Amino acid sequence: MTKRELPALSIVEVQDLLRRREVSPAEVLESLEERINAVDDKIGAYLAHDLAAALNEAEKADVNLPLGGIPIALKDLINVEGQPCTCGSKILGGYRAPYTATAIEKLRAHGAIPFGRTNMDEFAMGSSTENSSVQLTRNPWDLSRVPGGSSGGSAAAVAADIAFGALGTDTGGSIRQPAALSGVVGFKTSYGRVSRFGLVAFASSLDQIGPLTKTVHDSALLMNAIAGHDLRDSTSLDAPVPDYTKNLGRDLKGIRIGLPKEYMIEGVDPAVKTAVTASVKQLQALGAEIVEVSLPHTDYAVSVYYILATAEASANLARFDGVRYGHRADNIANLFDHYARTREEGFGAEVKRRIILGTYVLSSGYYDAYYLRAQKVRELIRRDFAKAFEKVDALASPTTPTPAFKLGEKTADPLQMYLADTFTIAANLAGICGISVPCGFASSESGKKLPIGLQLLGKALDEARIFQIAHAYEQSTDWHKVRAQTQLPMH
Amino acid sequence: MGKLDVGYVAQLARLHLTPEETELFQKQLGDVLLYAEKLNEVNVKGVEPAAHGVPIFNVFREDKASDWFTPAQALSNAPRQANNLFIVTKVVE
Repeated sequence: MTKRELPALSIVEVQDLLRRREVSPAEVLESLEERINAVDDKIGAYLAHDLAAALNEAEKADVNLPLGGIPIALKDLINVEGQPCTCGSKILGGYRAPYTATAIEKLRAHGAIPFGRTNMDEFAMGSSTENSSVQLTRNPWDLSRVPGGSSGGSAAAVAADIAFGALGTDTGGSIRQPAALSGVVGFKTSYGRVSRFGLVAFASSLDQIGPLTKTVHDSALLMNAIAGHDLRDSTSLDAPVPDYTKNLGRDLKGIRIGLPKEYMIEGVDPAVKTAVTASVKQLQALGAEIVEVSLPHTDYAVSVYYILATAEASANLARFDGVRYGHRADNIANLFDHYARTREEGFGAEVKRRIILGTYVLSSGYYDAYYLRAQKVRELIRRDFAKAFEKVDALASPTTPTPAFKLGEKTADPLQMYLADTFTIAANLAGICGISVPCGFASSESGKKLPIGLQLLGKALDEARIFQIAHAYEQSTDWHKVRAQTQLPMH
Repeated sequence: MGKLDVGYVAQLARLHLTPEETELFQKQLGDVLLYAEKLNEVNVKGVEPAAHGVPIFNVFREDKASDWFTPAQALSNAPRQANNLFIVTKVVE
């Protein structure tokens, strides 16, 4: 194993080399740094990475800890003291975090080293990472396409072997969707499973931090580190955290998997349909029983989401007022001007659009018609899942209706961009957990492989079961072994 | 449902928009709201609104003092500050 080959390994594989003292944590970091310098000018996954600071942490790393000496990249909206945290926004341009998020304290307690800040749609609002006010991120499989979003930098970094694993956030699919489009594993935890303390809020009733990794096993290891109750987040669940690796390797006998009939609709790309149908057959071959189920309110999920998420965002983003942190406009006439111009200069177009929509649906006269009605339909969506989970252990569907789309293809039409989240959004509204695992490839017109994701959804706090099913599927296929790096020039 | 007036809502949101942005958002958000009108098809009579996916009630903690930011930490990102205080724009005329 040469240093140049290290970045292609999974977390489990690197951990093994570290424990056998075949490599040091510093060498692991340096190998990553070399590859970042060689390929990231083409990908654009990282907004910042500080090798010197990470090497300092590596000196004290205990490789016997569960994630000892493993560098983990972070979506640029999770606070780590002393590091930038731009949220992909100009409004947080010079910001340095004065404190550290609980999820990162936990990662460090498990031995991991936070290394690198990844690009994202501004304040996690988007499905392609094109809403970043800082830079563009490209899909490592086809540089003319988006990596998905909003955790597109994290997904692209893992896909391009410039991160062993990364954290992202999922508010309406922002981990699972980029994971699917970039050909990696993305896990969305049950609402309340991971503390949101230190995470910059977008939509507080939906946001969850979760891992993007090369394998299901790696994903379970990261979840073991970050899950758990936190007194500093009042929505954090006070429930025991099982070992998420405990079910890995078990077969699927006795497991019932539901196929929501509303998810195999027109508009799903034929290659996606073929791949997901084949993976369902594979799950059956592994011992699972397949049952058709119905989630009758599926068609309303996108509408509900864009009312509730923008409403919450309009309130959360009120904190960007140019007083305590972030950009502040110059030469202002009065207090109104101070706020209005600071926010005009600091926010990008999509954030402005969502603040307007969110303010509108909460405004006097429209609250009942939009916000309250959306909350009621949210309850019906929640009940759909509760009813389905009386009959099955998990639900299987495509993660996204299509493979990665072209850069610029959907930027002019926000509604089309919103519909890219059709299959992922309902899980956030219902607070349940889910994963996207690679399940095949479509082919671009120029013959490039475009990854496809299989989504598995589980009931709240049933993470261990979802890992079991996803792992059994993954290990019975070779999809996760095909690496995007073959698409990059040799270095 | 009512009519969205982007210019008016921008005032409520303390957000200055250019005339071009106002016009563009009027069209784009009009499309989104039109799409969202399908929620009117749903019978929500007697349905309790869900604020969260997972219901959580009455979260208490011990009323115990703990360390938090020092003034220097709290001010470390302030665009304008003096004498350990944030400088704000004049509020009272």
